[in-house]
Amino acid sequence: MATKAQSAEGSDTAGAAGDGFRRRDFLNVAPVAFAGVGAVAALAPLIIQMSPSADVLALASIEVDISKILPGQGIKVSWRKQPVFVRNLTPKEIAEANAVPLSDLRDPQTLAERTQPGKANWLITLGVCTHLGCVPLGIGEGENKGPYGGYFCPCHGSMYDTAARIRQGPAPKNLEVPEYSFTSPTVVQIGRGG
Amino acid sequence: MSFSWAKPYEPKHPLMRWLDERLPLPRVVYGAIGGGYPVPRNLNYWWNFGVLAGIFLTIQIVTGIVLAMHYTASADGAFNSVNQLIMRDVNAGWFLRYAHMNGASFFFLVTYIHIFRGLFYGSYKAPRELVWMLGLVIYLLMMATGFMGYVLPWGQMSYWGAQVITGFFSAFPVVGEPIRIWLLGGYAPDQAALTRFFSLHYLLPFVIAGVVILHIWALHIPGSGNPTGVDVKDEKDTLPFHPFYTAKDGWFAGAVLLFYALVTYFAPDYLGHADNYIPANPLATPAHIVPEWYFWPFYAILRSFTVDFILPAKLWGVLAMFSSILLLFFLPWLDKSPVRSGVYRPLFKRFFWLLVVDVVILGYIGGAPINAFRVAVGQIASAYYFLHFLVILPIVSALEKPLPLPNSITDSVLHGEAAEAAPIGSPTRGRKAASAA
Repeated sequence: MATKAQSAEGSDTAGAAGDGFRRRDFLNVAPVAFAGVGAVAALAPLIIQMSPSADVLALASIEVDISKILPGQGIKVSWRKQPVFVRNLTPKEIAEANAVPLSDLRDPQTLAERTQPGKANWLITLGVCTHLGCVPLGIGEGENKGPYGGYFCPCHGSMYDTAARIRQGPAPKNLEVPEYSFTSPTVVQIGRGG
Repeated sequence: MSFSWAKPYEPKHPLMRWLDERLPLPRVVYGAIGGGYPVPRNLNYWWNFGVLAGIFLTIQIVTGIVLAMHYTASADGAFNSVNQLIMRDVNAGWFLRYAHMNGASFFFLVTYIHIFRGLFYGSYKAPRELVWMLGLVIYLLMMATGFMGYVLPWGQMSYWGAQVITGFFSAFPVVGEPIRIWLLGGYAPDQAALTRFFSLHYLLPFVIAGVVILHIWALHIPGSGNPTGVDVKDEKDTLPFHPFYTAKDGWFAGAVLLFYALVTYFAPDYLGHADNYIPANPLATPAHIVPEWYFWPFYAILRSFTVDFILPAKLWGVLAMFSSILLLFFLPWLDKSPVRSGVYRPLFKRFFWLLVVDVVILGYIGGAPINAFRVAVGQIASAYYFLHFLVILPIVSALEKPLPLPNSITDSVLHGEAAEAAPIGSPTRGRKAASAA
């Protein structure tokens, strides 16, 4: 555009006095710019249609009855189409988790940070391996809990301890703790309420 | 298109002449795959695989369009529409489905042979760099199409394949997880993901067909390469594509299609996974999850990173896997040797076969259940893959002393006769006699 304006300056008489930018240039730039902005705006629906729709987001909270889960047991529930592990830890498992020095951990977190105050036995995590999203074993009766007594992912061998923290294998993070709250002593709401 | 002696199109029938003056489509076809395209006379059978890839692309498009008439892209109905409706109820549905399933495997098989042909004979070198790069674009599109097609039956391997492969994106810090959720349209693969995969799986083969046209167009500017890597010099060096190579490609396509029919009819599930006949279950991962065989080498590279080093191991794995293909785009500038053909490059030839062995090992490791020994082998093989392209190739092309090239294609084809006709002990006989003894 600059070269065009400069070469036009000498030859074209239509330009405004000496500034090198002609009325014709403005007439070229303005509609193209306007159409460009419009085209970009038209892209928005094409991009946001890919994001989760409101009905998918509406499934974002569930209530779970935990009254029947005895110490040492756990259940798998589906939240946002993903498995969630709700586990009632035994005193021994809690002690094991607390005995690990934080410096030994890849993603340092204490059991207390991963549970709610006074409810250290209720370990609630996503059942989604932080490596590539497989469901680890160890929540069901008789499944392989791995050498650290927590969970074992069969896909690529990630091993989690009794606080569902990554101890060995390719996964970078501990199993994610979702947002949850106890609506009563025996009912947990997973996900944001509302 | 390429050589001055290429025969121009001469329509014989008045109707064709009428058409040629208005829309010269027959002229384009004649110049591309007819008597008007001169091809080096010395092509060996490794040069048949490009045409074969085109044949399998056609088979995939035809069977795919028909399958789409019976398939339901719904998380509740997809599994049944494939395994009940298409496999049992639709007339000849089982055939179309198995032909499509195994057609994908054969498409990748012939494409891999085509790629390795290019690697050995230096088909990526000037003036065919763009032919090579467009081929890589086709290959990347094939991988995306193959992956999304594998998700459509919505079995266990489909579902967990979608979970793991979209999980690659979550390796990138900060933006990774939002991108993954955006790609899937949810927190895990579900209806939204299935429908968009179906839409794209239907679209991409036509994009591939478009890039194939560019690939062939770019190829026909310099003309086809040949096993000696020596440029075509005159008309003696070439034969018209039709009838010579149409005949050779035709009979060989028949032979390969027999092999394809053998697998499709007698071992249709051999290349698949039994777990994909279990409906998708978002709450349980199959114990042994691997992709289809044509992705195994890349899966092995992905799994080779087990220790965090500056970046998380997971991110390294994903970056290495993507760069293992992206680095091939730079191959024309990594291998600087002016000699194209591996036949005349004694050192290069050895390393080429080592690379083939290395990729086969990676493929085996990628498909086998994981254990400590296999991880170690996979790590060595992955490291060697990158070493080959980034270190060995540049050094070899700098140090190597290539063998003398033939004067021309015709000379290389006829030298045997000339040498045999020469008296024993004469200089003309020299080279051939030495190699024969």
